[in-house]
Amino acid sequence: MHTSSSVQIDALLEPNEKLLASLETNLDEALRFSSHFLFLTDRRLFSTRDGKEWRNLEGLDLAREEHGGVGRIELKSDVLIETWRYTMDRDADAQRLVKRFSGWFEEEEDGAIEKEIPVSSLTLFRLSRFAKPYRVALFSGFMLTLASTASSMVAPYLSMPLMDKVLIPFQNGIPIDRTRVAFYLSGLFLSALAAWGLGWARTYLLARVSERMGADLRVETFRHLQTLSLEYFGAKRTGDLIARIGSETDRINVFLSLHLLDFATDLLMMLMTAAILFSINPWLALVTLLPLPFIAWMIHYVRDKLKHGFEQADRVWSEITNVLADTIPGIRVVKAFAQEAREVERFAAANAHNLEVNDRVNRVWSLFGPSVTLLTEIGLLVVWIFGIKEISDKTITVGMLTAFLAYITRFYTRLDSMSRIVSVTQKAAAGAKRIFDILDHVSSVPESANPVPVGRLKGEISIRDVAFRYGSRRILRGIDLDISPGEMVGLVGHSGSGKSTLVNLICRFFDAAEGQILVDGKDIRSLSLAEYRSNIGLVLQEPFLFFGTIAENIAYGKPGATRKEIVEAARAAHAHEFILRLPLGYDSLVGERGQSLSGGERQRISIARALLIDPRILILDEATSSVDTETELEIQGALENLVKGRTTIAIAHRLSTLGMADRLVVMDHGKIVEIGSHDQLIAREGAYYRLYQAQAKQLDGEENG
Amino acid sequence: MAEYRLEKDAMGRLVYVSREGTRLEGVNPVRAFPLTSPDAGIALVSREGHELEWIDSIEAIDEANRALIVECLIQREFLPQIIRIEGITGPSVPNIWRVATDRGATSFRLKSEDDIRRIGRSTVIIAGEGGVNFLIRNISDLDRQSRKLLARFLS
Repeated sequence: MHTSSSVQIDALLEPNEKLLASLETNLDEALRFSSHFLFLTDRRLFSTRDGKEWRNLEGLDLAREEHGGVGRIELKSDVLIETWRYTMDRDADAQRLVKRFSGWFEEEEDGAIEKEIPVSSLTLFRLSRFAKPYRVALFSGFMLTLASTASSMVAPYLSMPLMDKVLIPFQNGIPIDRTRVAFYLSGLFLSALAAWGLGWARTYLLARVSERMGADLRVETFRHLQTLSLEYFGAKRTGDLIARIGSETDRINVFLSLHLLDFATDLLMMLMTAAILFSINPWLALVTLLPLPFIAWMIHYVRDKLKHGFEQADRVWSEITNVLADTIPGIRVVKAFAQEAREVERFAAANAHNLEVNDRVNRVWSLFGPSVTLLTEIGLLVVWIFGIKEISDKTITVGMLTAFLAYITRFYTRLDSMSRIVSVTQKAAAGAKRIFDILDHVSSVPESANPVPVGRLKGEISIRDVAFRYGSRRILRGIDLDISPGEMVGLVGHSGSGKSTLVNLICRFFDAAEGQILVDGKDIRSLSLAEYRSNIGLVLQEPFLFFGTIAENIAYGKPGATRKEIVEAARAAHAHEFILRLPLGYDSLVGERGQSLSGGERQRISIARALLIDPRILILDEATSSVDTETELEIQGALENLVKGRTTIAIAHRLSTLGMADRLVVMDHGKIVEIGSHDQLIAREGAYYRLYQAQAKQLDGEENG
Repeated sequence: MAEYRLEKDAMGRLVYVSREGTRLEGVNPVRAFPLTSPDAGIALVSREGHELEWIDSIEAIDEANRALIVECLIQREFLPQIIRIEGITGPSVPNIWRVATDRGATSFRLKSEDDIRRIGRSTVIIAGEGGVNFLIRNISDLDRQSRKLLARFLS
């Protein structure tokens, strides 16, 4: 049936038209089965039911609903245009259709599917980009490895003549030749000395390089992370990101400096050993090396088994850190609701999950080591058997057999440790993948290819027909607004009406889906991002203070500020006097682990921070919402100083705080519904009037209560 | 430049006489940057905590006022500088630190390693449990033994 329908579709499509999604809408209005299709192509949405099609999808919305096993797709703008129905077994198609319809997010959502693809160790090769600057050091490290391994091969080789030419003749009554013994023994000593010196130089050099590569990787990841848009951070958990940059880079580092190095040495040793063995006696060498393919096969087999396990263990590990990152900052809430026990339970559950996953991995893993040892012993046994037979046949000497056994014992003990490379490679590869997940993520607010230098803006903002969606949710539509330089505009509306989104678009934390935002007549997407943002001052509801002195916090946006400038900014922000009251004045430490300040004090420091960079555009995002009315009055004076002469956009829940605003913009459901001064809007008795009434009533209630 | 005048009253308090001749008793000089630049930026603050005068640098004050301000600062500021760490009891916090400071030998209890804070590269401030801050202006000025002791607790 599917093939027949696809033939049908091809017939329906215009030349070069690309099918994006399709859905068999197999129920009609009366919920009787009927076979029709709904197609979404790169040109249109069309339905085979009555041959209707929509070519201009502007302003249209596609919604999916389900009720009682029947799915419903609705096409609507402001009014319902069409409805199609389908059985739930077609639901995956329907969801894809809706997603494609509303979507420019779908590319990123593919990331979820990508996660399921097992990590290949090849990911590690991508790290070579970080190895490039250290080519010379790496090459000399390799040569040192070669030399030190070669010198460690000398000892068993010398045991051969010692046995055959000295010890066995002595047993047969021939006296010991002292000069010959001295020669061999000093050879042994010198080779040991050389192996020691070269090994030291090699380990030091390569550890140094890998430490630097690890640091580069960490810094690069962090630098990239800083360029990503807020949207990325919104979707990620802090604990997870911290774990990635912190422990994953360290794990890769250890892998490079320790495991990979050892593995390379071992591999070299094996090749050299094999060459030596063959040069002594090819037959014995062949028998000796016989178990090797079995062990190699076993390693490969277990690698496959463990691959998924380690990745899962990794994910579970970040689950544990996530609980920590959740609970510790939120400890007040936890305690206030007396949910300590429940958090402990959650932590214990994450740990139990961790145990379970690791147990599963360890079951296979623990079998691995002993099995390798067993194979090793069997290998040695084979050499003994074959060796004794050869000696009795007089084809080899006793010295040769001892040399073989000495070589092979080393060889096999290394095999055992080489087998460890399986798991560490897997773990490192999983770590590398998680790092590259960050590095591969492209910022959704890219810097323009030819950024226009900004300089000092005048602060004229025009918003032209701007729309924004988050996922399939439409948050803003058809926003038009002009703000002249130095004007203060208050944004008013219920929560969820799109005020904060609009402000985020102006700051370019996100990019508008449609329309454009012009500042001084230039599209903000064409401006240099950093220079543009340096013209914007932001005062948030929850001011964030970094760990450091007050002076450093005030100078955050302008690290070179003089003490005089800092004091002036603090004075204008009405923060100077309370800072002087602190025991260490401007040198007092604040932020996490620092002096605790009240909400109003913190807010005034953040106002001073904004004042110091002297921005042309000022955003006040609920700057006074989290403080009481009295503190608000204190802040108000500071804000007045800040607002003076700057283009200001203020969001406030409390309408009374927007008294300074020249105009008020009332938003509702992602649209601007009213613009005007307070008095005009009150006189109009519209949306603003109702908001105002509601708040006045609430205030009355509070006073009377 | 100083149009204001400082006096000392019978109670030993500093009295501020403004340009207009109004008198305010009990004013205090406060350093704005006591650690990073103690001599630049001093505020004269009234008893209520309001700033009366701002002095860019201690050099900028005229002779008579400066003597009074410096005297008052010496009496008011208590930020002992650690010259030497004599010994620390116990390998981990909380423990007792015996130190020699520029104001004599003393000891204090350190509650947590978080109470040792770096300010800038070489300055360290240690908050004793009793609320006294101890300053080490430059770690490299300490002797070897003291640095070794400090390193065990300084991150």
